[in-house]
Amino acid sequence: MSMNRGGRPTSAQGGGSSDSPTFTGNRALMIEEPLLFEVGDISKTGVDLDEPEAHDSRLGSLARSEIGLPGLTEPEVMRHYVRLSQKNFAIDAGIYPLGSCTMKHNPRLNEKMARLPGFGDIHPLQPQSSVQGALELIDTLAAWLLELTGMAGVAMSPKAGAHGEFCGMAAIKAAQLAKGDARSVVLVPESAHGTNPATAALLGYKVRDVPAREDGTVSPDAVKEALGPDVAAIMLTNPNTCGLFERDIVAIADAVHEAGAYFYCDGANFTAIVGKAKPGDLGVDCMHINLHKTFSTPHGGGGPGSGPVVFSDAIAPYAPVPYVVRNGEEFTLVETAGAAKGAKPFGRQTAFHGQMGMFVRALAYMMSHGCDGLRQASEDAVLNANYVRAGLRDVMTQPFGDRVCMHEVLFDDSFLKDTGVTTLDFAKAMIDEGFHPMTMYFPLVVHGAMLIEPTESESKASLDQFIAALRDLVRAAKGNDKERLTGAPHHAPWARLDETRAARQPVLRWSPEKPAEAAE
Amino acid sequence: MAEMKYTEDHEYLRVDGDVATIGITNHAQEQLGDVVFVELPDVGKVCAKGEEAAVVESVKAAAEINAPASGEVVETNSDLESNPGLVNEDPEGGAWFIKLKLSDKSELDGMMDAEAYGKFVAEQS
Repeated sequence: MSMNRGGRPTSAQGGGSSDSPTFTGNRALMIEEPLLFEVGDISKTGVDLDEPEAHDSRLGSLARSEIGLPGLTEPEVMRHYVRLSQKNFAIDAGIYPLGSCTMKHNPRLNEKMARLPGFGDIHPLQPQSSVQGALELIDTLAAWLLELTGMAGVAMSPKAGAHGEFCGMAAIKAAQLAKGDARSVVLVPESAHGTNPATAALLGYKVRDVPAREDGTVSPDAVKEALGPDVAAIMLTNPNTCGLFERDIVAIADAVHEAGAYFYCDGANFTAIVGKAKPGDLGVDCMHINLHKTFSTPHGGGGPGSGPVVFSDAIAPYAPVPYVVRNGEEFTLVETAGAAKGAKPFGRQTAFHGQMGMFVRALAYMMSHGCDGLRQASEDAVLNANYVRAGLRDVMTQPFGDRVCMHEVLFDDSFLKDTGVTTLDFAKAMIDEGFHPMTMYFPLVVHGAMLIEPTESESKASLDQFIAALRDLVRAAKGNDKERLTGAPHHAPWARLDETRAARQPVLRWSPEKPAEAAE
Repeated sequence: MAEMKYTEDHEYLRVDGDVATIGITNHAQEQLGDVVFVELPDVGKVCAKGEEAAVVESVKAAAEINAPASGEVVETNSDLESNPGLVNEDPEGGAWFIKLKLSDKSELDGMMDAEAYGKFVAEQS
């Protein structure tokens, strides 16, 4: 079996490995895994099919003699994917403190519920009379989301956070156009998620930045200054990406509404305030909810995501189809505009009704926790982030001073000043310690940002180990052991990958002829 | 003789008559890290001061290059599209982004010269 090295990492293998090479290149149970194309052989197959009977081909010149797909036996396929999965790092394997991503545990009860035949084996084109239970579940989940957010309406169909942002902003645009009030600008604070300005731009808006004040939050005065008759909306994340609660959110909402604009809240960080504050009480007009963050459905490769959007009274009529309507004990999926009284949907975003499997998991999470449990999960998430903050504040530096954070704690790289060690080195060294790195270099407003979100899933014991490991890395960075960071990871299957070359010269297609040549 | 001007957004303007050659400073490329992608405007585009003129993307971040002054894009540096790494190698030389025909040279009045920009960078770090 020959290994095609085209597009493979070029740097040396992780340290420790080179001391005692093995014959195969494998390291005990860590197998050097080739690509499927290199495992397979066109002569092999996993199934024994009858030879096709002689027939007149109607493909003509379109027929190809070779299609270049690898042939593999079933054991080869199984081993390939199991080996790849063993190289994966997941929330089920260890701490995954990726800030602003809320990588919390995915309870197995959720999985069990999603596999019930009445939810798992149904088809979106079945007659509605045969899927009443599924429609009731969507309606029940919608009611929970409205209760938790204090909002008037909800669209369940968006399939991810950014999809939800688009839904909410499209509804805002429709509401303004319906009043004959076309506006051209959306305000976005500097610390926003990158998807916010992208959403605004996709809908044809110009983006106007709102600078943050010294303490990392948005000031109502800065918003008032940026507001004008051309401003359609503000897109604000609360708690923001610095892990701080926007304490002037009500004043900001009032100013926005006074100027005839609407308030879109990015709900990516909703996990910090569930059961504590309702966005509806804060003056929010639209907010997407990442079920795959706040409500524990899988993501980060294990998805799919799901991003329902909640609306205020003013925007709710413009929510897209389809949606579920309850009449007594009967549930109907409304598919067309005008079918419900007063509804003026802006359109539809999805072929069907959304991520049914994620709806089941999210509702299972909510019902198994109950209202008190959801509130406690938020409290524990905030407590854990502050426990990490308190455990590291004397050796790492916080950009906005030592103050209570929400569900994530933000450090900058000033504690690494003059050490020659960067945020990237620090993140790579965390891999050696068996942790997924934190979010790095985001938010952009903070130099060398390190954003840590432990979530409520971690026990005190695992947080203590995490804190102790990070303290030890800081000691190494400031002492005579810098190579432990600048050369990290030393113990991963591959050492430092060439991210720049991967971005500049991506090899997107495997080719047997010219393995070494990079595709432009 | 060309005159150098600098903005607080770490852009430089090499002004020669009414045409300014615009790029990002050495300090800016250091902050961005390895540049992997550059998007340039069409020649002929008319930019208002502060309007987005180009986009630069590095392994760490994506950033807009806003037109530091109003004018019409008369030339772009297509070398950057095939070799974005030039921004790291020669930011204030071969890796200029656009040449802008200035519509109002008085917009340059408040900008920093090399000495003032050097001080500005020193104060920031």
